[in-house]
Amino acid sequence: MAGIVGYGAYIPRKRIKADEIALQWGKNPETIKRGLLLQEKSVPGFDEDTITISVSAGRSAIARAGIDPQKIGALYIGSESHPYAVKPSGTVAAEALGIGPEVHIADFEFACKAGTEAMFVALGLVEAGRVDYAMGIGADTSQGAPDDALEFSASAGGAAFIFGRDDMVAEVIETYSYTSDTPDFWRREGEFYPRHGGRFTGEPAYFKHVLAASRAILEKTGLKAEDFAYAVFHMPNGKFPMTAGKQLGFKKEQLDTGWVVPTMGNTYSGSSPTGLAAILDVAKPDDLILITSFGSGAGSDSFVLKATKRLPEVQGLAPTVRSMLDGPRQYVTYGEYAKFREKIIVNE
Amino acid sequence: MPSPRYTREIPSRYRLEAGRCKGCGKVTYPARTICPSCRGEEIEKINLSPRGKVVTSTVIHVPPDDFLMEAPYAMAVVETPEGARLMTQVVDCEPSTVLPGLEVSLEFRLIRKEGKSGILCYGHKAVPVA
Ligand SMILES: [Zn+2]
Repeated sequence: MAGIVGYGAYIPRKRIKADEIALQWGKNPETIKRGLLLQEKSVPGFDEDTITISVSAGRSAIARAGIDPQKIGALYIGSESHPYAVKPSGTVAAEALGIGPEVHIADFEFACKAGTEAMFVALGLVEAGRVDYAMGIGADTSQGAPDDALEFSASAGGAAFIFGRDDMVAEVIETYSYTSDTPDFWRREGEFYPRHGGRFTGEPAYFKHVLAASRAILEKTGLKAEDFAYAVFHMPNGKFPMTAGKQLGFKKEQLDTGWVVPTMGNTYSGSSPTGLAAILDVAKPDDLILITSFGSGAGSDSFVLKATKRLPEVQGLAPTVRSMLDGPRQYVTYGEYAKFREKIIVNE
Repeated sequence: MPSPRYTREIPSRYRLEAGRCKGCGKVTYPARTICPSCRGEEIEKINLSPRGKVVTSTVIHVPPDDFLMEAPYAMAVVETPEGARLMTQVVDCEPSTVLPGLEVSLEFRLIRKEGKSGILCYGHKAVPVA
């Protein structure tokens, strides 16, 4: 048996309101807020990227695990916004976290699913006994093209999870992955903004994979929706995860805690992992938790977790997701946002 | 070309590694091989706590080229609980609110980019504690 021994999240303090983006493009903010259930989103500063988010989340995970980072034998960062095209994010993060040099490192990429992918592989190595501890991180600072629906959602943040066999805060009961070649969302090498298949992103992409993976893991474990205290699904907007959850038989009360998207936005590889961190912040011993990610291209990873009695002891050892979402915020104008996201062409 | 100095300074920039004199207890950041207060040569490696207090500060309105887009921003001398002092940007706040005595945490951030195609240089910046 293996599971999570420590976890942490990070969300930048800069935010932009949906109204501000809507007004820039002459859209009705109420339509956006009602249609996508998005109020505001996090914005990375000039000095925040997938690496810095990974380090901040990773430090909280180490603090909660209470382990010597030198014991971490593998570090995987999943992101679609690694700062370098060639040079791993993981090497910088490991050096900052005090991990290694005796460590296996790789950067993962699978649109919004790369975070749970990193967690999946980290867990597998620990279960196999290959390493004592492994860290999986999902983090992103994603870009939506100006005046694209994605601009209301693409945000910045991430979460880190350390897997181990002893002193777990949540056991992993089961995992399941469901994948198919689906061209719903992509970005070609060298292109700045991603493209998507519009309405094609719903039924044949998000819902097909999220529902298939979730149904399969419920069947594999013999569990029903009502057995769970919490569930979280990838959050490309506010609406999709609520619809998926309800189709699977989950009630709003089971979904609300992990549903961090209305004020955080879609942190891509960090989306469902940060939702899971928000759940771990408040879950009680023996609570069952379902997480299902989704990455375009396309695939879903599902995990069934069970909180242990050690969880409440570590919840207060690092900032909670809620404290970062509701804590000090700095609202930016669309002009400042365009500057921070380097959408403005300046002289070299 | 990435500067060799940046690579050499990774332990202090990334992990806030500092030196403490075994003779008189003086903490230096980055670590030195000879203690500046007692000339002692026995220095132990410590990691600074990622927090501190602003000792003195200023607001930069005319920055060096690499930081043009960030102006105006606050710079401060921050003292950690170990007594080490470091010069750092104070971010995620209104620059004029950065005053002596302000409690800050030290967060891992991107410091500068070496031009459009060079390496990314990371280190710590201060952020006011909520
Ligand atoms: Zn001395």
